[in-house]
Amino acid sequence: MNCLWCDEHIVPSITWKTVLTLTEPMSLCASCEHTLVALTGERCVKCSRMSEETVCKDCRRWENDWQNGADPLAWNVSVFQYNEAMREMIARWKYRGDYCLGDVFQHPYQQAFRKHFSFLSRNAVIVPIPLSDDRLKDRGFNQAARLADSLPRKTRSVLMRTHGEKQSKKTKWERISGRNPFKVTESITNPVVLTDDIYTTGTTLRHAAFVLKQNGSPSVYAMTLIRG
Amino acid sequence: MKQNESQEWSRHYQGKLLLRHEIHLDDSIFQQLLDASYVTPMPAIQRKYFQHECQRCGNRKRSLFGRIPCQICHKTHMYCRKCIDMGRVMACTPLYQWTGPDVTWPCHLDACTWTGTLTMAQKQGADRIGRAIQHHDKELLVWAVCGAGKTEMMISGLTEAFRQGQRVCLATPRTDVVQELLPRLQQAFSGIDIQALYGGSSNKEGTAQFIIATTHQLMRFRHAFDTVVIDEVDAFPYTNDPSLPFAVRRAVKPSGTTIYLTATPRQKHQMLIAAKKLPHVFVPVRFHGHPLPVPMLRKSRSLKKDLDRFRPPDRFLEWYNRRKHPERQILVFVPSIHLAETLADHMASVLDDCSVRAVHASHNDREHIIQQFRNRSFHMLITTTILERGVTFPAVDVAVLAADHHVFDEAALIQIAGRAGRSPHDPTGDVVFFHSGKTEAMVTAIRSIKQMNQRGGLSNELSMV
Repeated sequence: MNCLWCDEHIVPSITWKTVLTLTEPMSLCASCEHTLVALTGERCVKCSRMSEETVCKDCRRWENDWQNGADPLAWNVSVFQYNEAMREMIARWKYRGDYCLGDVFQHPYQQAFRKHFSFLSRNAVIVPIPLSDDRLKDRGFNQAARLADSLPRKTRSVLMRTHGEKQSKKTKWERISGRNPFKVTESITNPVVLTDDIYTTGTTLRHAAFVLKQNGSPSVYAMTLIRG
Repeated sequence: MKQNESQEWSRHYQGKLLLRHEIHLDDSIFQQLLDASYVTPMPAIQRKYFQHECQRCGNRKRSLFGRIPCQICHKTHMYCRKCIDMGRVMACTPLYQWTGPDVTWPCHLDACTWTGTLTMAQKQGADRIGRAIQHHDKELLVWAVCGAGKTEMMISGLTEAFRQGQRVCLATPRTDVVQELLPRLQQAFSGIDIQALYGGSSNKEGTAQFIIATTHQLMRFRHAFDTVVIDEVDAFPYTNDPSLPFAVRRAVKPSGTTIYLTATPRQKHQMLIAAKKLPHVFVPVRFHGHPLPVPMLRKSRSLKKDLDRFRPPDRFLEWYNRRKHPERQILVFVPSIHLAETLADHMASVLDDCSVRAVHASHNDREHIIQQFRNRSFHMLITTTILERGVTFPAVDVAVLAADHHVFDEAALIQIAGRAGRSPHDPTGDVVFFHSGKTEAMVTAIRSIKQMNQRGGLSNELSMV
């Protein structure tokens, strides 16, 4: 097995654990794995940002004035920090379209889901944030769907997105004040966990949560790979 | 299709191998070109000898192919991970090549507007290059010692190519070299359309008669050039990445000429020369006629300990204080970036009359610091192997700290020694290897330098080993 990032050959270390149990083969070499830093310590309970406050300033704003109503998103959990190494890795995975790099995130993403969402009943549903048709044609795959596939719950792609400017090309204000690009094709009456690669301002996830709630979801959570 | 329109397209797309999104034409026009067989698709990933091969970068390594459940064709198939930074090559999307009318490039009877004169040795080399181009030889290796004036030889050699109306590419593994050569060549061939292609260059079209490019950029070319010159053919990453020789081989027309320029041919090339399978010309004299400085060895037992503490070793300070030409600037090579940075600070505090700076690959203003050193605004430059070739400083003494480190192989040491004595006003210079134990590379580097001097009919008068 070679490292998916630097293509160095990985020499697995043999320990009692590897002998006695079935461990998954490593997808990154040790030195590349070190460059990815997990979110730790005190975090905002709503958006997973590393912060001393229990609920950070941005989230307090969301709670008070989301389009004159309550915040549709219960809370978000993220796994990794958005550092330089992660930025490069995401760029290659998502924008260049190196599909295999998704394997790198599968295991930590799954672990985090088990830790934070095991309280949800078996009939909770995973909904990946969709790409617009045009963008899907460009990239050939949806990174959020790839993440959803690694989770141990049923995935249902019930959201549709109309084509718009890339979120990452907009300013913070443009994102927050933009109109809702999502539609629901089928209503879901179970709790929903949205999946996406990155939580930046949280607008996208709230737009999606809003339409899901309108169509009968009791509660909507989010699980993202990175807190930007 | 109008005549002049199709001429414009063939100028743009002939000799290229492109993905659909790299061809900036509307779908309707593109379809017309396909129907008229002006553009031909070819599969992007093919099976070859029980392996897959990416047709753009030549990658055959299994770990560098991935499988993607493609949302465009709704099948799971291969894609190439190696050249993905240039846009993804997938099994379901073809690469396109131009098969329409050929472009005719203008003939220039005397394209050379360079006014300098060549030395005897340079003239020999230049004539040999010219002959190879004239006779459409397949390959030629030009082995010219550091500071022989390879660029000048090439300029007068290439005049012949433009006389025949050829399309020419000058490729080199290093971006710095492309940037340095462009203005010189624009001056030397002022009547010829020249473009430079490198990662981050403003112009990416590559439509000129004369292209200067990094070897990476040739991955988008196929059977495009009558003559390809590869400068510094032994430099990193050309020797480490099989995609680059693959791209160069394909960029030449089947009837074309490939010319390799180097001061330190790799063993593979030396063996081909010895077996008389690779025609070559040897230019053993520097342009000012003085011999290459022969490196001196200085053993220092405490070297490793000193460098671990980022201290200049005593033997180095001893040499520094007793130099015959204290007015010369000093170029110090060290094995790692971290060492270069930290040593620069410590060196400055030890030698209080001397201004020290460091430069290495991860510096953004590398060019600027190098230029300042050339302007003599500071006295000592500490660097890694990135400055081993392609740069010229008028009067320097060169020191290598930890010359026994494995990054300093024979070629690197010869190139480093070649940084000294490059100016006709100061044609000599000290080259000192500080080590804690002789390595094969050091010994063979010194032997090769002496041999080159002998072949040039020069004595090794500076030899003090």
